[in-house]
Amino acid sequence: MKKTYKIEVDCANCAAKMEEAAKRTPGVANAVVNFMTLKMIVEFDEGADPKQVMPAVRKNCKKVEDDCEIWL
Amino acid sequence: MNRKQKKMLIRVIAAACLVLILAFVPVTGIWRFALYMIPYLLVGYDILLKAAKGIVRGQVFDENFLMAVATVGAIALGEYREGVAVMLFYQIGELFQSYAVGKSRRSISSLMDMRPDYANVETGGKLEKVDPDEVEVGTVIVVQPGEKVPIDGVVVEGTATLDTVALTGESVPRTARPGTDVLSGCIVLDGVLKIRTAREFGESTVSKILDLVENASSEKSSSENFITRFARYYTPVVCLSALVLALLPPLVRLAAGYGPEWGRWVYRALTFLVISCPCALVISIPLTFFAGIGGASREGVLVKGSNYLEALSKVKTVVFDKTGTMTKGVFEVQGVHHNRLPEGRLIELAALAECASSHPISRSLAAACGEELDRSRVSEIEEIRGEGVTALVDGIRVAAGNRRLMARHHVAGAVDCSHAGTVVHLALDGEYAGHILITDVLKPTTKTAIRRLHGMGIGKTVMLTGDDRRVAEQVAKECGVKAHYGELLPEDKVRMVEQMLREKPSGSMLAFVGDGINDAPVLSRADIGIAMGALGSDAAIEASDVVLMDDDPEKIAKALGIARKCMRIVWQNIIFAIGIKVICLVLGALGYANMWMAIFADVGVMVLAVLNAIRALRTKNL
Repeated sequence: MKKTYKIEVDCANCAAKMEEAAKRTPGVANAVVNFMTLKMIVEFDEGADPKQVMPAVRKNCKKVEDDCEIWL
Repeated sequence: MNRKQKKMLIRVIAAACLVLILAFVPVTGIWRFALYMIPYLLVGYDILLKAAKGIVRGQVFDENFLMAVATVGAIALGEYREGVAVMLFYQIGELFQSYAVGKSRRSISSLMDMRPDYANVETGGKLEKVDPDEVEVGTVIVVQPGEKVPIDGVVVEGTATLDTVALTGESVPRTARPGTDVLSGCIVLDGVLKIRTAREFGESTVSKILDLVENASSEKSSSENFITRFARYYTPVVCLSALVLALLPPLVRLAAGYGPEWGRWVYRALTFLVISCPCALVISIPLTFFAGIGGASREGVLVKGSNYLEALSKVKTVVFDKTGTMTKGVFEVQGVHHNRLPEGRLIELAALAECASSHPISRSLAAACGEELDRSRVSEIEEIRGEGVTALVDGIRVAAGNRRLMARHHVAGAVDCSHAGTVVHLALDGEYAGHILITDVLKPTTKTAIRRLHGMGIGKTVMLTGDDRRVAEQVAKECGVKAHYGELLPEDKVRMVEQMLREKPSGSMLAFVGDGINDAPVLSRADIGIAMGALGSDAAIEASDVVLMDDDPEKIAKALGIARKCMRIVWQNIIFAIGIKVICLVLGALGYANMWMAIFADVGVMVLAVLNAIRALRTKNL
């Protein structure tokens, strides 16, 4: 399952770091951050519940770049 | 500028003024330090804060950390002015970057200002504005003059002219009357339409296009991936080199019995740190693609991802479908030859036999027939792809199609037409009854399009068609393509394209251009599938990588031009940014570059790269 989230982040390098952090989160099969459109497209693992996974993704992203935001 | 950016601008200006004033203030010692700390903290407090937070969280190699170390180091060495300047210029760079990105983001999203905000639904005699997302399929919505059609559907009541320019770039308004299919995104110019929705909002044309454009840069190109990989190694390597540069030479000198000169080597290492941020690359490459895709969509060329833009720039072979791509796809009956029945009767029989098909030829027959076709007169319709149809019309067994169909039904006496064109042979109850000549005309821009493609160094232009060989030859001669193949079945087209894929020069790409009717398999088989005037055809939008919103073949040359310009900028930026950084690193290590040069290598290069990237938005003269 794929879902798109609106994000807020200031620099391109930070966006790349968010992408890495999101990819490492358990339950996430793949994640793409589009800095230009300020969107994060998350592909979830089979059976993973986005409602449970996304707060963890947000937390991991905040860890690498505390200026970022993901609107769930 | 948003609030954040304005605040930053004020901080930068204030700090810059302070530094200028301080240059003329004759103080020394601790007072000099204290005075320089004012602009330093004013412009850089957030960087220092972020760096501290980063260290706590174990994120060492981020640019905040690097800037903090470099500037604190410079200040510790007594180079106050340089320390403040590095921080100042870094912030100017960041500010400029966020302004430039925000600006191009806005200019591109304004192009896409076609999202309908509401739909009018009539409830109890009153119009109510509802969220288009909530309108169910089959609901009747009302669209008033000046409003956008929010959802695809069929007109049930009312007549109006529609402006389709946002969808297709076609400026001649269309007329909609009861029974007409209308696409969302059109603007009603006059009259009120009642439309029965045929799809959900999310499935409607306008949502599809917006979705396509908004998600376009999510498919990353190989140059973007290269940069991400490069950045991952670049920063740590440079930081490590900085550490070595700070420690190794002094230690060696100590061992050799000279003075260690710590200050000099630490200063050189700090210049390294200033250069180590990969920002110029990381921002400018995706920005170039984004601007390129945005510029293309303004021209009515939707590119589904930056990887396709990259592939488009390498195209050396362009394969065209004929009907609907090079020609208008609007056929007209030119004449009826060798007929045994009156012309009108023959055309009527052929039109009735083909009444179930939406092929342009069937439509031209229906148009030539003139009157509404009574479908109840037809039964047992059988369509044989690439050949024609057979059907029972008024009790007569009609076979209408090409020579292959005649051969299949063992009809003797089929006569070839002496004119080039599409020929529909007719057999009634197994007896040859004459043929109808139908011709199609080239689009006005086809010739220029082919000429421009050849002029751009496209070595091979090929036309494929299911039509008769002679028609293929005539059209090919008229428009100037280098090769043409006729009488191909849809699967033959796939086979031909596969063969050309094997034969193409290595490293180059093959593009197939079609109108999306019948050629979805070829579109997806080619390196790049370009669908033309394909709005409303889901299969074509799905299967293609590039969608031309209108059906002007010249847009192909334009798309290639945009892609090439974009890739040129990408490579300029990669070479320029890496080149300058490497030069500055070497000069820094040898002691020829000071911190001012390092600041240029970081911020200056980024500003220039971003400005260069934004050039990709300009597509006027391509």
